[in-house]
Amino acid sequence: MPTPERGGAGVVPPSPARQQWPLWEVFVRPRRGLSHTHTGSLHAPDAELALRNARDLYTRRQEGVSIWVVRSSDITASAPDEKDAFFDPAGDKVYRHPTFYEIPDEVEHL
Amino acid sequence: MSEPLLDTAVARYCLALGDDALVLSHRLCEWAANSPVIEEDVALMNIALDLIGQARSFLSYAGEREGAGRTEDDLAYLRSERDFCNVQLVEMANGDFATTMTRQLLFSAYQYELYERLSSSADTQIAAISAKAFKEVTYHRDHAATWVVRLGDGTEESHRRMVVALNAVWPYAGELFDPLGSDPSLGGLVEQHVACDPVSLHEPWSAYVTSVLAQATLEVTTTTWTPAGGRGGLHTEGFGYLLAEMQHLHRSFPEATW
Repeated sequence: MPTPERGGAGVVPPSPARQQWPLWEVFVRPRRGLSHTHTGSLHAPDAELALRNARDLYTRRQEGVSIWVVRSSDITASAPDEKDAFFDPAGDKVYRHPTFYEIPDEVEHL
Repeated sequence: MSEPLLDTAVARYCLALGDDALVLSHRLCEWAANSPVIEEDVALMNIALDLIGQARSFLSYAGEREGAGRTEDDLAYLRSERDFCNVQLVEMANGDFATTMTRQLLFSAYQYELYERLSSSADTQIAAISAKAFKEVTYHRDHAATWVVRLGDGTEESHRRMVVALNAVWPYAGELFDPLGSDPSLGGLVEQHVACDPVSLHEPWSAYVTSVLAQATLEVTTTTWTPAGGRGGLHTEGFGYLLAEMQHLHRSFPEATW
């Protein structure tokens, strides 16, 4: 009978193809009604395996009912050094917060 | 079938189901910290843990029906090689990742069909364990199939390794479908709807596996040689080493806890 090849445990360095595995961001929805929340990232060769890896890494303890994976490279993020220009102007505009209304006691769930 | 005979047969049947899960679980654990990538390490250990859970349930129940006061630990750690009735497929050396995934595909696809049937076993305990395990092995089968397709239809090297792996593992799958009646003590379980005859699982198993292999651009080479005997306690050379490692701690320090 043919002999199976031995495992490559720590013997073979990762192939160039594996080193190029893209990074994926993982979003898990903890319960119905809540939105997906970013929980971490992982490496995987394609979307389907990224989803399976995410299931194994981030929902081992029933943390979720739904998972999204997105290629990190597909995310356009605001730059940290643009923080001031992006966010500070909102700081002194208190009228953007809905704090100037009287809420009647009868209104629930507001 | 008389009551004591039924007890013995159910115990024997569950012992085989438990041994399959226990031994494969141990083999998968050998990948811990050695997997190709850390994500796969976690995936394989998840599968191994599921199998340990199935083994515990079946061995506990086997001990209960046997009625000799043996616990799951007694059965897992204090039996010798010839007393184990797992198929030889699950004790095969891990080989490379292609071999491990091929073995997993063939075995999980078998467990999938098996547990689906056993979920409606006349024995409520077997039915309950199987219903829980069915969800687990559905994922195992899917995980293995995902990899087999990618490796088979991947690079030249991964395809070459899959061909070698499939040729090595395939003959061992035959034993999974040996008729239950070849062990006279078990034959009656099928008529009582306690067990299902493995022969009947072959067709749906084969349909599924063939479709995955086709997607993976792999072909099954027909073989005339089929190993057998695992259910009757005949095992391969590597199995003794596996047991030594698995049982050493418990046998050296019988009261050890952590």
